[in-house]
Amino acid sequence: MIRAILNEVKEYKRASVVTPMFMILEVIMEMIIPYLMASIIDDGVNAGDLGHIYRIGGIMIVAATVGLFAGAMGGKFGAKASAGLAKNLREAMFNHIQTFSFSNIDKFSTAGLVTRLTTDVTNVQNAYQMILRMFTRAPASLICAMFMAFTINRRLAMIYLIAVIVLGTILFTIMWNASRYFQQAFPKYDDLNASVQENVSAIRVVKAYVREEQETTKFQKASENIYRIFVKAETNLVYNAPLMQFTVYSCILLISWIGAKMITASTLTTGELMSLLTYCMNILMSLMMMSMVFVMITMSIASVRRISEVLNETCDLTNPEHPVMEVADGSIEFRDVDFAYQKDSEEPVLKNVNLSISSGETIGIIGGTGSAKTSLVNLISRLYDVTKGAVLVGGKDVREYDMEALRNQVSVVLQNNVLFSGSILDNLRWGDKDATDEECMRACRLACADEFIRRFPDGYDTHIEQGGTNVSGGQKQRLCIARALLKKPKILILDDSTSAVDTATDAKIRKAFREEIPDTTKLIIAQRISSVQYADRIIVMEEGRINGFGTHEELLEHNEIYREVYESQTRGGGDFDEKEGE
Amino acid sequence: MAGPMNRTPRGVKSQVKNPGKLFVRLMKYVLQYYKFRCISVVLLIILSVIANVQGTMFTKNLIDEYITPFLLTDHPDFSPLAHAIVKVAAFYAIGVLATYSYNRIMVNVTQGTLRNLRNELFAHMEKLPIRYFDTHAHGDIMSVYTNDIDTIRQMISQSIPQLISSVITIVSVFVSMLILNIPLTIVTLCMVGIMVFCSKKAAGLSGKYFLQQQKNLGAVNGYIEEMMNGQKVVKVFCHEEENKKAFKELNDQLYISADRANTYANILGPINAQIGNISYVVCAIAGGVLALNHIGGFTLGGLASFLTFNKSFSMPINQVSMQLNSIVMAMAGADRIFRLMDEEVEEDQGYVTLVNAKEVDGQLTECPERTGRWAWKHRHQADGSVDYVEVKGDVVFNGVDFGYDPDKIVLHDVKLYAEPGQKIAFVGSTGAGKTTITNLINRFYDIQDGKIRYDGININKIKKGDLRRSLGIVLQDTHLFTGTVKENIRFGKLDATDEEVEAAAKLANADGFIRRLPNGYDTMLTGDGANLSQGQRQLLAIARAAIADPPVLILDEATSSIDTRTERIVQEGMDKLMHGRTTFVIAHRLSTVRNSDCIMVLEQGRIIERGTHEQLIEEKGRYYHLYTGNAISA
Repeated sequence: MIRAILNEVKEYKRASVVTPMFMILEVIMEMIIPYLMASIIDDGVNAGDLGHIYRIGGIMIVAATVGLFAGAMGGKFGAKASAGLAKNLREAMFNHIQTFSFSNIDKFSTAGLVTRLTTDVTNVQNAYQMILRMFTRAPASLICAMFMAFTINRRLAMIYLIAVIVLGTILFTIMWNASRYFQQAFPKYDDLNASVQENVSAIRVVKAYVREEQETTKFQKASENIYRIFVKAETNLVYNAPLMQFTVYSCILLISWIGAKMITASTLTTGELMSLLTYCMNILMSLMMMSMVFVMITMSIASVRRISEVLNETCDLTNPEHPVMEVADGSIEFRDVDFAYQKDSEEPVLKNVNLSISSGETIGIIGGTGSAKTSLVNLISRLYDVTKGAVLVGGKDVREYDMEALRNQVSVVLQNNVLFSGSILDNLRWGDKDATDEECMRACRLACADEFIRRFPDGYDTHIEQGGTNVSGGQKQRLCIARALLKKPKILILDDSTSAVDTATDAKIRKAFREEIPDTTKLIIAQRISSVQYADRIIVMEEGRINGFGTHEELLEHNEIYREVYESQTRGGGDFDEKEGE
Repeated sequence: MAGPMNRTPRGVKSQVKNPGKLFVRLMKYVLQYYKFRCISVVLLIILSVIANVQGTMFTKNLIDEYITPFLLTDHPDFSPLAHAIVKVAAFYAIGVLATYSYNRIMVNVTQGTLRNLRNELFAHMEKLPIRYFDTHAHGDIMSVYTNDIDTIRQMISQSIPQLISSVITIVSVFVSMLILNIPLTIVTLCMVGIMVFCSKKAAGLSGKYFLQQQKNLGAVNGYIEEMMNGQKVVKVFCHEEENKKAFKELNDQLYISADRANTYANILGPINAQIGNISYVVCAIAGGVLALNHIGGFTLGGLASFLTFNKSFSMPINQVSMQLNSIVMAMAGADRIFRLMDEEVEEDQGYVTLVNAKEVDGQLTECPERTGRWAWKHRHQADGSVDYVEVKGDVVFNGVDFGYDPDKIVLHDVKLYAEPGQKIAFVGSTGAGKTTITNLINRFYDIQDGKIRYDGININKIKKGDLRRSLGIVLQDTHLFTGTVKENIRFGKLDATDEEVEAAAKLANADGFIRRLPNGYDTMLTGDGANLSQGQRQLLAIARAAIADPPVLILDEATSSIDTRTERIVQEGMDKLMHGRTTFVIAHRLSTVRNSDCIMVLEQGRIIERGTHEQLIEEKGRYYHLYTGNAISA
C-alpha cells in the first residue's frame, strides 16, 4: 500500500534523502550549544578566563549559523520533496484514471475520484513533509540530547531516561485513545453536515410542509450529540499539557536537588548543571512532538489507502496484441450476448441477446427504465466487455479492434452528457481536433444547433461554463450530438439524447440524419414513440431481453409492450412540452 | 483549453474589512454563554504562567544562595535547600493544576460555542426566504458549517489561549529580565527585533506564494472535478492524451508555487530558532563579561536565570505574531458566519390562522381534534371579532405582476380563477413562468403588484405557516430525507399513525414497492433516497403529500423523469389524490393535462390562452401546435 505511494517519489528521491540529513545536522548544532554553554560558565566565567569566553562564544555563533543553514536547507528540500510527491501522485492518478474503463469508473464514483485527487493528496503531502522533517528531527533531538546528558553525567541522565519512558508511555496511550475517540466522532460530524446539506437542497420541501421547527429541533439534537462526543474525545487530550509540565518540573526539581549535592561533592560543575536543565526541555519537547506527529501520520493512513486503491486498480479492458485498426463498415451483430456489470452477480443485465443490424440502418430502441437499453448500446463501442457471447462490429469481434480506432468509428452520445468549459468550438473539436470551422458548422447544422449558436452574441466562440450550465438542456443535447457527428463515425448511437429537444426539432434532426449521413448506422434510444417511429426497425427492450424487433407497423401488430406505450402516448396526444427558448 | 484558468480560484481567503469589530462581536458571542468560564480561564492562565516564571527564578537562587555558599563550607546544611525545593514544588503543582483546569474548561467553551453557533445558524437558515437559497450557491452555504466553523474552532481552542498565555509570559519574563539585568535585557530586545524582522520577511514571501498556491490549487481541483465528471465522455472521445497534457501543465504550475510557499514557511522555524540561539550566545558572552567583572552586582546565578528567560522570551514573541495572523485569517470565517446570521428572515405579518373546524348548528366553529374540515380563523384587527371561513380551495389571481428581480418582471398581469375542486393545468415552454405561479400561491415569493385571494382572503393576511400547511406540493425534484420510509411519509403529518402512513402509501400506489424493500416501511433511506428509483421516490413524495391531506394540491412536473409505463402507476396514485381537491398541475404529458377543468397556456410570463382541452384545440392556437407536435422553434 505504502509502496505504491513511495514509487511516485521518483525524481525527488535526492531531496527526500537530503532533507532528514540536514534536519539531523541542525539538531546536532542545536545540541552542541548548551554543551558549549557549560564550558563558557565553568572554564570562562568561573575560571575568570575572558579569552575562553570569546573563543567558545565564537564557536557557538558558528554552530548557530551552521544550524540556521542546515535548518533552511532541510526546509527547502522538505518542501521540494513533498510538493514533488504530491505533484507526481496527482499526475500518476490522473493519468491512470485516463486508462480506466467504464466499469473502473463506476467502481469509484466521480466524487470518490475527486476526493482522492484533491484532499487525499494534500493529506499525504503534509504527512510526507512531516515525516521527512519532524519525524527525523524529533527522535534525533531526543537521542542527541540524551547522549549529551549521558556524557555530562550518567547518574543524572538516568532521571531523564526514566522520565522519557514513563511520559512516553502515557502520552502514546493518551494519543492512541484520543485518536480512537476521534475516529468515532468524525463520521458523526460528517452526518451532521450531511443533514445540513439535505436541508439546504430540500429547503422548498421543508418550507412547503412548514417543518422548519421540526428540522431545527432534529438538528439541535444531533448537534448536542456531536458536542458530547467531541467533549469526550478532547477531554482525553487535555491531560497532555499538564502532564508534560509535571514531568518537566519534576525533572528540574530532582536534578536541582541531586545536582546541588553533587556540586558540593565536586562530582558536577555549575555549568554542567545548567546544560542538563536545558537538555531536559529538549528531550521532553521532542517527545511531545513525536506523539503529535505520530497521530497526524496515523490520520493520513486512510488517505494513503484510498490513493493506492486508485493506483493499484487495473483496467479491465485491454487492447489485443495485434489490434485491427480499420472498421470495415457499420454493421453490428450480437451473438448470444450475456452481460453483467459485476462478474459474480447472479442476475445478468442482458440475457441471451441476438441481433443483426446491417450498415446504414436506422434502429430505434425503446423500453422502460431499467430495461438495459443503455447497457445494450454500451457494448458496441466496447465501453464494457460482454460476460458471454460476442459483439461484432464491421464483421469483427470488438475485442479484436484497437479501442481508439473502434471508438472513433462508433460515436456515442451518452445519456448523462457533459460539455466542458471552453468555447463552443473547443467543445466541438473534441470530436475531431483538426476540424475546420466550416466542418464544425456543418455538424451543428445537422444537429440543429447552428440556429441557436448564431443567436448567441459571440456565436461559435461563446464560452461554455463548466458542466454547460449556461446553455439549456435541449441546447446542450444538440451540441453533444454535433460533437459526436464531427467524428464522422460509421455508427452513431444516441442514448436518449433528444429528450429535452422539442418534438419538431427532434424530427428535423432525424430528417437531416436520413438525408446527410445515410451510410452511417444510427441507433436511437428514446422515450418518445415519435422519435423512433420512423426508424427502419425498432428494438423493444424488456428486463434485459429483446422483446420485439421489427418495423413500427409490425410491432404495433405483434408486440404488446410497444402497442401499449404507443397508445398511452398517442391516445392523449404525444409528449407535450416544448422546451425551447429558455 | 484556457477554460480552467478563467475560473475564480476557490479557497483564497478574501480580506475582511474590519477584523477588529468582528473579533469583538465573536468574543461577545462566546462570553454571552460562557462569561464565568472565560474569566476563570484567563485567571488560570495567569496563574500557570506565574508559576512557571517563579520556577525559572528558582534557578538563580539555586546557584547563588545554595550551591555557591555550599562550595565555601565543608559541611553544608542541605535543609534550607530542601525547604526551597518544597516551596517551588508547591508553585509548580499550582501551575500544573491551573494548566489542566483551563485546558479542561476550554474544551467545553470551544465545543459549546461551536454547538451554539451551529444551532443558531441552522435555526436562522431555516427561517430565510427561498430567495436566499436561489441567490447563494449551496456549496457556499455548506462551507459556512464546515470550513468556517472549523477556523473558529481552531481560533477559540488554540489561538486565543496561546495568545493570552504568550502575552502574559512576555510581560512577566520581561519584568523578570529587567529585575535581573537591564543592559542584558536591551541586548535581548535588539536580538528579538532582528528576529521579528527576519520572520516577517519570510512570512511575507511565504504568504505571497501561498496565495498563488491556493489559486493554482483551485485551478487544478476545478480541472479534476470537471474531468472526473466527464470521464466517460473523455473515454468515448478518446481524449485521454490531451487531458494528460492539459493536466500536467496545471499540475506543474501548482508544484512550483507549492514548493516556494512551503520552503519559506519551513525556513521560518530555523530562522527563529537559530536567531534565538545567537541571542542566547550574545547574552552569554556579555553576561559572562559582566559577571566576571562583577559589574552592577551581576552574579553567575543571575546569568543562569537570565539565559533561561532569554529562551522563554523569544518563543512567545513568535507565538504572538503567529496567533495574531491566524486570528485575522479566522475572521474571514467569522465574517461569513455572521453574514448568514444577519441575513433577513422571511417576514410574516399574517394573522389569519388555519384551524380544525366542525359544524355545530349550521355554524362553523373551531375544535381541537382533526375533523377533516378546516377553517380560516380571521381575527379582525379593527374590533377584535373573530370570523371563521371554511377552507375550500378557492384561489383567485388578479392582475398579478412578479419578478425575481423587481426590475425584471417575469409574470405580467396574471389573472386566474380556480373554483374548489377544480383542476387547473399550466402548460408552456421552460421558463414561461409555470413554476413561478405556483411559488406565488404558497408565498415562496411575494408579488410586486396585484392580489392573490384564497377563499376570499388576501394571502398576505394569512400566516405563512398556515397558508403552506393548507397546500400540498409535489415538486419536480423529489427530495427525501435521511430516515426510514415511514418517517419520510410522516413528514407530511407528524402525528400520523402507522395505519395512516400505510393508507397514504396505498393511495399513492407506493405500498407495493415499499413492502418489497428489505425492511418494508422501516427501510432506511440515505443520500436523498439514492437507493430508490426515480419513480419510487416520486411515489413517496406523493404519499407524503397525501398524508398531509391538504385542501389544495400543487403538482409541479411530478412525473417528468419517469418512463411512460411507470408513469401510469404514478398517475393513478395522483388521480386518486387529486380527487375532490383544487389542484394546480404543471405537466408536459398530455394525459395529465387533458381532463383539466381549465388549461392555461403560458408564454413569456403571460397567459396567452385559456380554456378546456376541447376549446383550445378548436382555437387552433399555441396549444394546438404544442399538442400536435408541430411547434415552431421560438
